[in-house]
Amino acid sequence: MFEIERWQEIFETLRKNKLRTILTGISVASGIFILIILLGFSSGIQNGVEEQFSDDAKNEISIRTGRTTKSYKGLNPNRYIQLKNEDFADVNQDYDNYLEYRSANYSIWGSQVVYKNEVGNFSVRGVHPDFQFIEASNIVEGRFINQSDIEEARKIIVIGTKVKSEMFKNQNPIGEVVSVFGINFTIVGVYSDPGGAREEDNVYVPISSAQIAFNGSDNIRGMSFTVPMLGSFNKTLEVSNALTESIEAQIKQKYMVSPEDRSAVRIGNTLERAKKIYGLSQILSLVFWFVGLGTIVAGVVGVGNIMIIIVKERTKEIGIRKALGAEPFSIVSMILQEAIFVTMFSGLFGLIVGLGLLEIVGPTIENDFIKYPQVDFNTALYTVIILVVAGALAGFVPAYRAAKIKPIVALRDE
Amino acid sequence: MIEIKDLHKSYRMGSNSLHVLKGINFSVKEGELVSIMGSSGSGKSTLLNILGMLDEADEGSYVLDGVPIKNLNEKIAARYRNKFLGFIFQSFNLINYKTALDNVAMPLYYQGLKRKERVEKAEYYLEKVGLAPWSHHLPNELSGGQKQRVAVARALASDPKVLLADEPTGALDSVTSHEVMDLIQGINDEGKTILIVTHEQDIAQMTKRIVNLKDGVIIDDSPVEQVRAKQYV
Repeated sequence: MFEIERWQEIFETLRKNKLRTILTGISVASGIFILIILLGFSSGIQNGVEEQFSDDAKNEISIRTGRTTKSYKGLNPNRYIQLKNEDFADVNQDYDNYLEYRSANYSIWGSQVVYKNEVGNFSVRGVHPDFQFIEASNIVEGRFINQSDIEEARKIIVIGTKVKSEMFKNQNPIGEVVSVFGINFTIVGVYSDPGGAREEDNVYVPISSAQIAFNGSDNIRGMSFTVPMLGSFNKTLEVSNALTESIEAQIKQKYMVSPEDRSAVRIGNTLERAKKIYGLSQILSLVFWFVGLGTIVAGVVGVGNIMIIIVKERTKEIGIRKALGAEPFSIVSMILQEAIFVTMFSGLFGLIVGLGLLEIVGPTIENDFIKYPQVDFNTALYTVIILVVAGALAGFVPAYRAAKIKPIVALRDE
Repeated sequence: MIEIKDLHKSYRMGSNSLHVLKGINFSVKEGELVSIMGSSGSGKSTLLNILGMLDEADEGSYVLDGVPIKNLNEKIAARYRNKFLGFIFQSFNLINYKTALDNVAMPLYYQGLKRKERVEKAEYYLEKVGLAPWSHHLPNELSGGQKQRVAVARALASDPKVLLADEPTGALDSVTSHEVMDLIQGINDEGKTILIVTHEQDIAQMTKRIVNLKDGVIIDDSPVEQVRAKQYV
């Protein structure tokens, strides 16, 4: 198989039959090239779709409270359930191992924010530093709230890009002072949200500052947590559902709320929603795999077809070689080695060109539904190997049959 | 060199079988130049194919240079062909994408010789048939006579015991026919055993012995006064 003499013979044959070699090569290379592009865009669309739905963390659990609607244990309905700092601390502590990001919030909806002559109406939300990750916000300028802001109850504020564009135009807002209900806050950062403008008209302040500034004492409006993504989606969903139930039960018990009361303690779990998105991208990837497999099958059939034609075309040559003393095995291996060499070489060529194109064109694509088209190099390499092996198998049958032809029959073939 | 006893061969054609060779007894000594003649259907090509191990007899024995040729599998047949026999065909059967030199070197490749040795030997035999200047030409750049001379050089390259020629001049005009026959006679003069199948009387006259085949049996086997091709060249 690896004798130099045989390879010399093969290279010579390939060199002397340039047209055949090039045509075979082009068909294999283009097949692989198309497959790579296809797989690339499949992952691109998947990335795009996932990003479309990634405005909030996918694994968020949020807790809000309201008024009771049912009497329970002798208590009247229409009682307001007020969460406190300690409730947040309790949940934080009790479920420490299962939670990733945590934040309580104390918000004033629709507050007047004043900067010099500009007045805007935005929601002021007092939050913890982790809130940035729960909302999946990106910091574009400056920084978000940090732990020492909370501890020292600093009068600082982080504004959304929408707020910035409405109130500051092109001016740099960092370090500027805005007033909310007459209290001055210094801007330390600007964030953007993948969810778009509707998620960017909030302004964030440290929760401790909000409680002090807006007479909140130790009240909180709600809290949000995220569950870390575990190995599989279903496992994460299971943990998150168990957490949701357990936290809900704990709070209801503490405030003596009927377990059936749905409006006094409201707990939401975004993972259930994310499940649908995951389902969609799973179907998408299934579709692309199906198309990809189809392409490979077509490629294998193509290679097999080429092999049959090559063998047919070379019948006479095979007869001559056999009359001159070629053993059947040497005929089979000659044809197969040639085929494997050509498919391997051109397959890798198609692979590199395809990957190169994705690498160059990928980042320039500006479309909401296609993002970062990429192909895992190993997947691509396996594809080439599958194509080569399957092509060789498809080529083996005609090669074997050719080796079986009696030389007189082959030589008679004019 | 060649010993054939009571050779039978029939071909199955659908339901009826065609008895082509009906008991051939025939022997060739080393250094002979024999022509096998007969009209088409007489079985002369079948006989040559059996001698060339391209086909196998149904019955009878065939001994080549002391080696009994029977129950050959493809692999051994290939090895024997390579070692014992050199073929010359009517239609030359050169590999058209290989140069004259590479065509001649082909049987040496299957003998397992190294490239350098192959080229050396092939050059020697091309020289011998007078085609050294054309060694790097492709078959389609050569005339018919030149092609057949390349084929002769190829048949000689593996230094076989016997040369088998199937209508070697069938595709050539009379001048080039004589050139090729002159070459074959020269090789025979050096002691090589050669069998030629032909239907041309004048070509047969240039050998030393004519075997006449009719309907699968030898009807005549007699030595002839050899006509040298040289005088026509």
